Amino acid sequence: MKSKIIALLISMLTAFPALADTLAKDPLDSVQWDDMYDAFLKGRPAQFDNRVKVIAPNYAEDPMNVPVTVDASELGDVTKIVIFADFNPIPLIARFYPQRAKPSVSFRFKIQQSSPVRAAVLTNDGVWHVGGVWVNSAGGGCTVASTGRLTGEWSDYLGEVYGKRWSNSDSNRVRFLIHHPMDTGLVAGIPAFYIEKLEFKNTDGEELAVIELFEPVNENPVLSFDFKGENLSANILMSGTDNNGNKLKAEFVQ
Amino acid sequence: MNKTHYSIRFLLLIMLPSTCSLATNFDYQLKPLKVAQDTYVFEGKTEDFSFENGGNIVNTGFIVTSKGVVVIDTGPSLRYGQQMKEAIELITDKPINRVYLTHHHPDHFLGNQAFKDIPIYALDTTLTSIKNEGAGFADNLYIMVGDWMRGTEATKDGEVVNPGRITIGGHQLDILSYSGHTSSDMVILDQTTGVIFAGDIVFNKRTLTTPHADLEKWLSTIAELNKLAFKVLVPGHGAISLDKKVFSQMTDYLAWLKNTIEGAVNNGLTMNEAMQLPIPERFSSNTQLQQEFSRSVVHLYPFYENRFFKRIN
Repeated sequence: MKSKIIALLISMLTAFPALADTLAKDPLDSVQWDDMYDAFLKGRPAQFDNRVKVIAPNYAEDPMNVPVTVDASELGDVTKIVIFADFNPIPLIARFYPQRAKPSVSFRFKIQQSSPVRAAVLTNDGVWHVGGVWVNSAGGGCTVASTGRLTGEWSDYLGEVYGKRWSNSDSNRVRFLIHHPMDTGLVAGIPAFYIEKLEFKNTDGEELAVIELFEPVNENPVLSFDFKGENLSANILMSGTDNNGNKLKAEFVQ
Repeated sequence: MNKTHYSIRFLLLIMLPSTCSLATNFDYQLKPLKVAQDTYVFEGKTEDFSFENGGNIVNTGFIVTSKGVVVIDTGPSLRYGQQMKEAIELITDKPINRVYLTHHHPDHFLGNQAFKDIPIYALDTTLTSIKNEGAGFADNLYIMVGDWMRGTEATKDGEVVNPGRITIGGHQLDILSYSGHTSSDMVILDQTTGVIFAGDIVFNKRTLTTPHADLEKWLSTIAELNKLAFKVLVPGHGAISLDKKVFSQMTDYLAWLKNTIEGAVNNGLTMNEAMQLPIPERFSSNTQLQQEFSRSVVHLYPFYENRFFKRIN
C-alpha cells in the first residue's frame, strides 16, 4: 500500500512540470514529444497552433534530401523558429531568427527514419507555437556518407555559393546552394563537419536575419528566404562559418 | 527510448496478423499473355510497390526461339524470377538460352538469382549501375514489399552486350541502346515478329518515374523510337500497345514536366511550392499522377537549380 502511494506521488510530481508549462497533448502522437519539449522549448509555454505551417512530402523520396518549408507568417511578430525531427539521431535541424525577413524558410534535410518534423515558433509574448507533420521514410539519411565524401571531391568546391534573387514590390526572395559536405559525424571515420551559422545584412550593415544550421541539413544545402520589401535596390550580403572555422561570404545583387 | 520500443512492438503485433493473411503463399499469379508469334508478356500492375502486390508492377517477357528462350527482364525478387521460370516451362520445354536486362532499376533485375548459370546480358553502363546501386535497391524493396523479397540479393554477375543485331533461333533481334529514363536504357526490337520491348522508355497510362531521368534525352529517345516500324509495343509499365499513340502521350507529359520544373526553378519556387503546382486535366487518366509528380520534383530540381543558379561568391 505504502509503495502504491509513493508511486502515485512520484507520478503526480513528474506530471506537474508539464502542467506548469501547459504542455499540450501532441496531435502527432509522438512518444518523443515530451523529450523534444524539454530539449528545445523548456521554460516557456507551448501550444500546438495550425497557423504554423510545416510543409513536407509525407514520404521521403530521398532520405538525404527531404524538402521542408516552414511558414509562420500568420503569427505576426516572430523572434525565433526552432525546427527539429523527433526521431532523428540528431533532432535539431535549424534555428531561425527572422528579424527583417518573413518568418518563413525552406531547405532540405536528412531523415534517418519516419519522424514528426516540427517547427516551434516563439512570438513576442514568449509563447511557443508548434506545428508539424509526419514524414515517412525508408530511412538511412543520417548515417550514409555524403556524395562528396564518396567521390572525394568535396574539398574542390567547399564554400562555393550559387544562387539567385527575385524581387517584387513586397519581397526579396533569395535561393542559394552552398557547397559543403554537412557531415553528421554518424558515419565511421568522418567527424561532424557542417555550416553552423549564416547571417544576412544590408549594405548599411543592418542585420536582416540569422539562421543556425545543424548536422541534419542536407549536403550542399539549398536554402530559401524571403526578406521584407525594404532595400529593394540594395544588395543583400550573406556571411557564414562552419564548425571548423571556415568562413564564407556571398552577395545577392538586384 | 523504451516507450518507442513498446509502441513499435505493439504496432507490429496488431499489423502482423492482417498483413500475413493477405498473401501467405507469395504467389505472383504470373500468367503469360501471348502478344505475337513466340512472344509472351507478364503484365504487372500499374501501382507503386506494396506488400499487396509484392513488387509486381512491371512488365517482363520472353521469346521462344528454336535455340531456346530469350527472357527480357527478371522482375523485382527471387520469388518472381522463380515463378517466371515455372510459368515459362508451362509454355515450352525449350531451355532458357539467355536473359536481357533493359536497365538497372530493381523491378527489372532483382529476379536474376533464379537464372543462375544462364547468361545475363545488359548494356555496359547498366551493369556498372547495378554494381553500384543494386544492394541499396534491394534493401529499399525489402522495406516496401516485405517477405516477398526473401532470399533476394542484387547479384553482380552479367555480361556486357553491345548494341547491334543478333540472330537467335530464327529471330532477328535488334539490341538498341538509348538513355533518358536512366543513363542506359536497352530497347529490343524483334524484326521477325515486329514486337518491340521498350523497357521503361515507355510507360502506358502509368505516370512515368524519374529517379535517374534526363528529360531532354528521354524526349529525343521517344522521337527516335517513333521512327521505328513495329507491330506490338511492350512498355516497361502499363498495357501493351498496338500503335504509336503512347509516344505522343509520353512526349506531352515529358515536355510538360520539363517546362514546369524548369519554370518553377526559374521563378524562384521552392520544391514544396513546385509540388503544389496544378497538373493539367489531360494527364489525369495516368495512374500515380500526383505522387509521381511530387517525386519528380525531388529528383529533377537539383539539375535545374545547378543550371540556373549563378556563382555569387
